[in-house]
Amino acid sequence: MSPILGIWASQGRISNSYESIATQSVTSGTSASLTFSSIPSTYKHLQIRGFIRTDAGSNNWDLRIRMNSDSGSNYARHSMRGEGTGTGNAEGQSSQTYMWLDRVAPNDANIFADVIIDLLEYSNSNIYKTMRGFGGNDRNGSGIISFSSGVWTNTSVINSLTFTLSSGNFTQYSTLALYGIKGA
Amino acid sequence: MPATYEPIATTTLGSSSSTVTFSSIPGTYTDLILIGDYSSAAATSVVINFNGDSGSNYSYTYLAGSGGGSGSGRNSNATNTGISYETTANARVSVIVNLNNYSNSTTYKTILVRSNPTATQVNASANLWRSTSAITSFVLTSLSGNFNSGSVFTIYGIKAA
Repeated sequence: MSPILGIWASQGRISNSYESIATQSVTSGTSASLTFSSIPSTYKHLQIRGFIRTDAGSNNWDLRIRMNSDSGSNYARHSMRGEGTGTGNAEGQSSQTYMWLDRVAPNDANIFADVIIDLLEYSNSNIYKTMRGFGGNDRNGSGIISFSSGVWTNTSVINSLTFTLSSGNFTQYSTLALYGIKGA
Repeated sequence: MPATYEPIATTTLGSSSSTVTFSSIPGTYTDLILIGDYSSAAATSVVINFNGDSGSNYSYTYLAGSGGGSGSGRNSNATNTGISYETTANARVSVIVNLNNYSNSTTYKTILVRSNPTATQVNASANLWRSTSAITSFVLTSLSGNFNSGSVFTIYGIKAA
């Protein structure tokens, strides 16, 4: 669930507390990574909304995230997901070199995953940084719906985000959009 | 700076209705979000159809949990796609439907749904409309009982840089 914004549906426009910062898109060919750098620290929270697909040759690959180019074993994460049968699945790992949103990226033609990632208090230099992720795809007979939480055990302000896939590259039309949410 | 997250339209039912329609949706945003808060006169599923398409072009994969446990399932080659399910008449349901990249005319449309039927379960789904058409309208249908008066549905547009 996205942070509550105090949205006034009856008004013509809302105040600009939710702002677009940058968009990374694969306009042609493929890309191994999508990166947001020089992220301003003037917001309270960040949200990434995306539309992604892999060229990996098969489906169900993770969307990986690194903060500030930290490739050390400074990430932990948990997830639960539904893959169309049974009671669902859950897992968790610590001391990882990235966090990830489980198995969301498809490869089937014309199929893209929707993803929504929240980074609350990203500019707070007193706390570790927590991620909540929601994403999935359906492929008419297969598919996945996935929730993940993650922590970067570093109190630094997040100033860059690097997204990769656990297999393959982002295909053409893959897009991640970064938004900033202001506090009062 | 222009608004990034903007209300497009709201429907508040003044009387019960089996359907709610949003039409002439502008293609100028990046994503759409539908937020609904409703109740129905009967236990019901709520489904959505896009652009008047009632062909077998819909499917979904879901994960749901209730006091009795959790489960995952799917539906394929359907004539609509479900966004919520409530087993108790007149119970409140809140639902958020995310339609990322809704206006592109190149790929199929993936929809992410979170719904909270208060008397039944919590659930989430990834839904698919196998059409490359931009979404310009959609109809919400309560399959087994009308939406009650007072049910509210709002669509928002999000505009990326």
